[in-house]
Amino acid sequence: MIEEQRIVKVGMADLNIIQQSGLIRTTGLGSCVGLTLFDPVVKAAGLAHVMLPTSSIARDGALNIAKYADTAVPALLEQLLNIGAEQKRIVAKMAGGSQMFTFAGSGDSLRIGPRNVESCKEKLSELGIPLLAEDTGGNYGRTIELDCETGILFIRSVQKGVKEL
Amino acid sequence: MDVLKEVGNIGAGNAATALSRLLDKPVDMAVPKVQMLPFEAVADKVGGAESVVLAIFLRVEGDAPGNLFFILSPEAAKKLLQRLVGIQVESEEEFSEMEWSALSEIGNILAGSYLSSLADFTSLAMTPTVPALAMDMAGAILGYGLLQFGEMGDSALLIDTTFIEDQQEVEGQFILIPDPEFFDKIFIALGVPMNDD
Repeated sequence: MIEEQRIVKVGMADLNIIQQSGLIRTTGLGSCVGLTLFDPVVKAAGLAHVMLPTSSIARDGALNIAKYADTAVPALLEQLLNIGAEQKRIVAKMAGGSQMFTFAGSGDSLRIGPRNVESCKEKLSELGIPLLAEDTGGNYGRTIELDCETGILFIRSVQKGVKEL
Repeated sequence: MDVLKEVGNIGAGNAATALSRLLDKPVDMAVPKVQMLPFEAVADKVGGAESVVLAIFLRVEGDAPGNLFFILSPEAAKKLLQRLVGIQVESEEEFSEMEWSALSEIGNILAGSYLSSLADFTSLAMTPTVPALAMDMAGAILGYGLLQFGEMGDSALLIDTTFIEDQQEVEGQFILIPDPEFFDKIFIALGVPMNDD
């Protein structure tokens, strides 16, 4: 019997984890960052589709922790630890953070992609998680998939085709 | 919502007129849909997060800021170029610099007429920025328009209009994602009482 490969989908401003086998995927990353965490021993992987750099700009009301880099990274880590991953083994890869549009005299809000990347990196180093690889920046969109058996991150884009990290 | 629909209708009506003048052909327009949509569903409006679209993006500044997208499939963009400026697009994948700037100009005219009628109707100052063009995954493009909403919640207000130019099937879509503050301003400008539900 051929088992169909399991794919866990992660939406915009969302996060999820997967274990044992299968892929975890998020589509259409522009200025958003797809941050992945992976523990090779227990084969546990997590993915967050981060939209904004910091939760300090959030207005009152319910906070979606998956949306902001500073809250999504620790939340993803915690979910992985809950299913038996160990912090010292966890490694990170990420992709996205592009600038889809460029304008003359663009303000700081238009640098959201690079700021998302910076914020993810800050949080990772705070938590002592090594960033193994990244494919960030540019001016194009990406779809990414992490294989939770191998930890390989597949990156697909319209302009550049498929890439493996 | 009905008021916003009417506003979208009037804007789109003007843009359709502009388009039909450019093409010298009648252009039909679908009645706009005004919806509050979760982020995930926004890209589905144009065929899914991964579908490749050509987008002309304008930031709207002034009293009621927001993000305006005019979205075309690459095929529709090629047809539009052929009809409008007589450019026979050779490459399947790419547009030349000339084609790119022609498309940008078309987008500019359409978006401009869309906005100016919205501005007339609401008496709000709405100024478009210089348009930016991109051809990429719909999710990546529209995600950009949702950033202002990112501060507020997980869904966005969309005014969505489709153009159909019958025989040639050139289809385009306007998506206006007003900044969250926008509704209040537009409602006040229209004299509609606000309620919180």
